[in-house]
Parts: sequence; C-alpha cells; structure tokens
Amino acid sequence: MGSKTLYDKIWDTHLVSEREDGTALIYIDRHLIHEVTSPQAFEGLRLAGRKPWRADANFATPDHNIPTTTEERKLGLEGIKDPVSKIQVRTLDDNCAEFGIFELKMTDDRQGIVHVVGPEQGATLPGMAIVCGDSHTSTHGALGALAHGIGTSEVEHVLATQCLMQKKAKSMLVRVDGQLKPGCTAKDIVLAIIGKIGTAGGTGFTIEFGGEAIQALSVEGRMTVCNMAIEAGARAGLIAVDEKTLDYIKGRPFAPSGELWEQAAKSWRGLVSDADAIFDEVVVLKAEDIEPQVTWGTSPEMVAPITGNVPDPAQELDETKRGNIQQALEYMGLQGGTAIKDIKLDCIFIGSCTNSRIEDLRAAAGVVKGKKVASSVEVAMVVPGSGLVKRQAEAEGLDAIFIEAGLEWREPGCSMCLAMNADQLGEGKHCASTSNRNFEGRQGFGGRTHLVSPAMAAAAAIAGHFVDIRELN
Amino acid sequence: MNKFIAEKGLVLPLDRANVDTDFIIPKQFLKSIKRTGFGVNLFDEHRYLDKGLPDTDNSQRPINPDFVLNQPRYKGAKVLLAKDNFGCGSSREHAPWALEDYGFRAILAPSYADIFFNNCFKNGLLPIVLDKAIISLLFTEVEANQGYQLEVDLEQQTILKPDGSKIEFSVDAFRKNCLLNGLDDIGLTLEESETIRSFEENWRNSAPWYFTTTSATTA
Repeated sequence: MGSKTLYDKIWDTHLVSEREDGTALIYIDRHLIHEVTSPQAFEGLRLAGRKPWRADANFATPDHNIPTTTEERKLGLEGIKDPVSKIQVRTLDDNCAEFGIFELKMTDDRQGIVHVVGPEQGATLPGMAIVCGDSHTSTHGALGALAHGIGTSEVEHVLATQCLMQKKAKSMLVRVDGQLKPGCTAKDIVLAIIGKIGTAGGTGFTIEFGGEAIQALSVEGRMTVCNMAIEAGARAGLIAVDEKTLDYIKGRPFAPSGELWEQAAKSWRGLVSDADAIFDEVVVLKAEDIEPQVTWGTSPEMVAPITGNVPDPAQELDETKRGNIQQALEYMGLQGGTAIKDIKLDCIFIGSCTNSRIEDLRAAAGVVKGKKVASSVEVAMVVPGSGLVKRQAEAEGLDAIFIEAGLEWREPGCSMCLAMNADQLGEGKHCASTSNRNFEGRQGFGGRTHLVSPAMAAAAAIAGHFVDIRELN
Repeated sequence: MNKFIAEKGLVLPLDRANVDTDFIIPKQFLKSIKRTGFGVNLFDEHRYLDKGLPDTDNSQRPINPDFVLNQPRYKGAKVLLAKDNFGCGSSREHAPWALEDYGFRAILAPSYADIFFNNCFKNGLLPIVLDKAIISLLFTEVEANQGYQLEVDLEQQTILKPDGSKIEFSVDAFRKNCLLNGLDDIGLTLEESETIRSFEENWRNSAPWYFTTTSATTA
C-alpha cells in the first residue's frame, strides 16, 4: 500500500461503490440539517413515499431565520415576526417530528448555528463523512472529518440513501510554517490564504491545512480556518487529528464513552497524512508574514493587511482585474489608495459560524473591556454561536463587558452574517464583521462588509475605524 | 428531472467574474419552502432598482434598464454566457432553480464553483466549461450581433454557432446519461441498496463509535 493523505484515508473508508467514470457513492455518517435548505428535500421524500435511510444519522437545528433579540426568543416560534420565516422554522420542526429526526429546537438552550452546535455536541467526530445543505459545512474538517456542503437535491439523496454521489477531488496541502505573531489569529491565517490562492484557488480540491501554525491553533481556531475553505473554492477543508482534537471531543454528549472511546481514540490517532504522502498541489505560507487582515472589496480574496491600502485600480495592469477592482470599489464606496486604517465603520458584527465560539468572544471582550463603542458606530452586536456558548460567556462575565462597552448581547443564530432574519446591515453602511462573506448585499441590501478577526472587529468598534490590534497590546 | 437533449436559443452575456449565489438569488427569497417561482427574482439586486421582498408583485417594481437581463434584445435567452468562478459562495440550490425557472437551460463559462456546478445537473440545467479564449470570443460575438443564438447539443457534445462552426465540450459520462434520460439520482442509487447495506454493516462492525445513540438523542 502506498502512502496516503488524510483525505485518501477518509475517502477510502467511506467508498461504497465507484462507476467507471469515477462517480462514486460515499457513505455519510452524519447529516446536519437546518431550516433553509431542507424543506424541499423532505417534501421530495414525501412525494416519492420514501423514508430516511438511517434517521439516527441526522441532526437538525434551526439557525438562519431565527430572531436574536431576547424578547422575541422568549416567545418561541410566535416570536418570529416574519410569517415566511416562521413557516420555514415550523416546517423543520414538523419534518423532524414526522421522520423521527433529532432536533435542537429554537427554544432549546443547546440550539445554535449548526456548525457550532455539531462539534459542541460531539455530533461531529474525527474520520466521519459529514454533509449539510450549507457551504460552511467545511468547518467540521477541523476535527479531522471529511465535511462537504451540498445542495438540496443532495440533502434529499442523503436522507433517502445515506450516501453522497461524488467524484473524488484533488488534494492540496496548505502549509503554514512557523509561529503567528501576537495579535494575529486563525481568521488572519485563512484570509491571508484566500488572498494568496484566490476564491477559486481551491476549486476541485480538498484542502488539508497543516504546518506548525495550524497545529498551534486551538480546535476552535482550526474551525475558523476550515470554515473558510469554501471561500477559497474548496468544498472541504481538513486538519489532522492530534491530542487537542481528542481532548476537545471527549465527554461531549454524542461522543462515544468508556471502552468505545478508547477504541475510537486509538483509531482516530491514525487520521493524519502519511509523512511521504503526495499532494496534487502544495502552497506554503510563513506565519510570521501574516498581519491582521481586512477585506476591502466584494470577494474574500479582496483582502489587505491592516498596514496596507485599498488598491488603486490605475496601478493594475491586468484589464480584467482592474475592472473587478473598480466594480468592487464603486460598490464599497471607497477610493483606490485609501489606507485601511482610514475606513470608518457604521456597524460591528461579532458572530457567525466562522467566529462565534467562546474563544472568539473572549478575544473581543478582552479588547472592549472598560472602553466604549465610538459614538459614530450605529449598531454593534455580539451574537454567540450557540446557547451553550452564550451560557459560558455569561458565566465568565463577558456579556457584562460587552453591554458595558455599548455592544448588544444577542441570542444565538446566523444573524447578520447573511441577514435572513431582521438583523440587516443598512444600505451604504460599512460593517466590520467576523463573518465569512463580503459579497454585495450579503449582510443587507447595499451593505458594505469588511471581514476581520473578532479582536479587530472589537478594536474597530471602539475607534470607529480600523486600527492595528497590535498597537493596542 | 427535466431531460436535456439539445437546446437552441438566445445567448445572454453576463460580463462579471465571481458571480456568487447571493447575486443569483438573494437570501430573502430562500425562505420559500417550494422549489419553483424563483425566476422573477433571479439577479434581483441588479435587475430591480429597489430592495426585493418575498411575496410582492414584481411587475410593479422599478427595473434597472442598464442590467443586461432587462435589455429587450436578450429577452427569452436560454443560454447564459458567464465568466470565471460562476456560482461561488453559498450552496443554495435556489440559484439553479432561479436560473432554470427564468428559462435558462445551459451556462457557458471558463469555470464554476463546485457545489453550484453539481447542483445544476440535478435540475436539468447544463453547465459547460469552455476555454477562456473561446468564452472571450463568444462575448465579442454575442455583443456585436443582435439575435445571436447558439444550439447546445448534449448528445453530440457540441455547440453550433450561427456561422455553422462547432465548439466541442466535455461532460462526465454519468452526468450526461442522467441528463439525456432525465434520470433521478435517488432512484439510481437505491438500485444499489444491497451494496449500501452490506457496506453499512461492515462499517458498523469496524467503527461502531459512529453508530452509538446516546442519552442526547432522547432528550
């Protein structure tokens, strides 16, 4: 047997069958479900008279549509003012009840963003093949699971057959050597990677993130990195299993325990790429070169270090790139050449499946503690990733720090990352956001998103414009 | 699923790279629990001048005359000509649903985002990858010639141009067969039920930790 990448190992153990042209059936261990991409799939099952192949492999929670103010959440379903959103959340409840699927309902204090809750509950385990009708499913690769975002037809396919039909992707290793400098985080690593390889750089690949700087990250930081693998075009991101991974999982409700834990842990320790494994492509970054990152445009690859400037289209020789920069600057209302630090913010959003875990909230709270949000900032909110993250943060007094500083402390959900609920960025407003997409209209019609780390968002809240977090330390 | 055998129609050029699925269909329309009716909100934020909301009468909204979809010469287009990395971002299948519902049957682009590309095939929409130079030439020809049509023949894997010349394209054999015959993936996979069951049994024996039900599941 030749040496294998981590991707090869998980693929091989899940390969059910393969056609001549390479189209394969992959067995799915865990299917995560939310309210937006599942109703049509359940309806499809009903129309065809089919049942879920293995109901206990499914795990559901509503997250995209739900309100995040405490007053609304106290009312449960009735608190959802938008009737269309309410129907969608109720439909998830009804479908889970009808098909016998485990669901953390919006009133459950364990509910949250599906990509935060899955790992938190131990529903995400190393070596699993995981899917969800959401592109940020790549998050779960941080635990050494092969995790893909899928469309609704595939959601129905997985429900009905427990398999995903797919061709094997190529493999890419993104290695981040050395140590990060103080003030730089997992978010800065992944934004720097996307800046280097581009939003289509990973298309057709499964990316394994490795190297000293990745190994040094906490499991939560690794989730931030894998979460944005999709923003580099890769359907899946992966990180090798180590003792940190096992420590993170042990004792979680869905994780195995006792003798079964010992067996599982032994098997999971082998979930690393072999030393001499060959990748189709290797990209190397030096951690020491990575500065705090800020996106200035309408694609995550449009990113610059905090010490940098918005690019001047006149300096760009490539005609297509020049056009893209011009289009983006026009939408963002920015002049080419503007210093990143001179970009003023109207809104601060700390949350999303990228950065809403306890570590993220601690980092943000550490920056705003004892300070006040700038008077020019109209909206500043912190939206924890789950009910359990919220409870933990409150136990540590982080809520009081945020409220004292003038930030709103919200209930868990996707919130202003994609603005499907009432949390929407105003037209023409600039937002420092810890989320994952700065597309036109993503956070609200005409809204202007700048992606940053939690500490950078918090620092921008206080200053009213971007600042170099390293200068505050 | 709709079959795709051959389609001839007007070509609409969308001159923009990295068109994301938020651009194709904004999030507020994802609240629907149906698969149909998304066509009127395709490219909503560029097609109309105001902010679109679900369940409103779109015929009363101010349209953006500068947006290519609103130009009379492209009315009824069936082929979408696009640029690099088309369909990036969210996995929402509402994007191909909206394109298909509007009337597009084929897309021509130098590259696509992976999940979007995959979703198209599930909905009778054919995404074709063509060389950058060919795409660039097609943009020039479409923009220069009003009424420019292409005929996409999946069986032959060719695109017939108005001048009678043909462009060849490649497509996965399995996907081609599914589109030509309108085959349902789930039905096909369920033909392999026994293989799946036997795989599952072996997997349960070798990795039982993925099959445990804990107290959490009964909470």
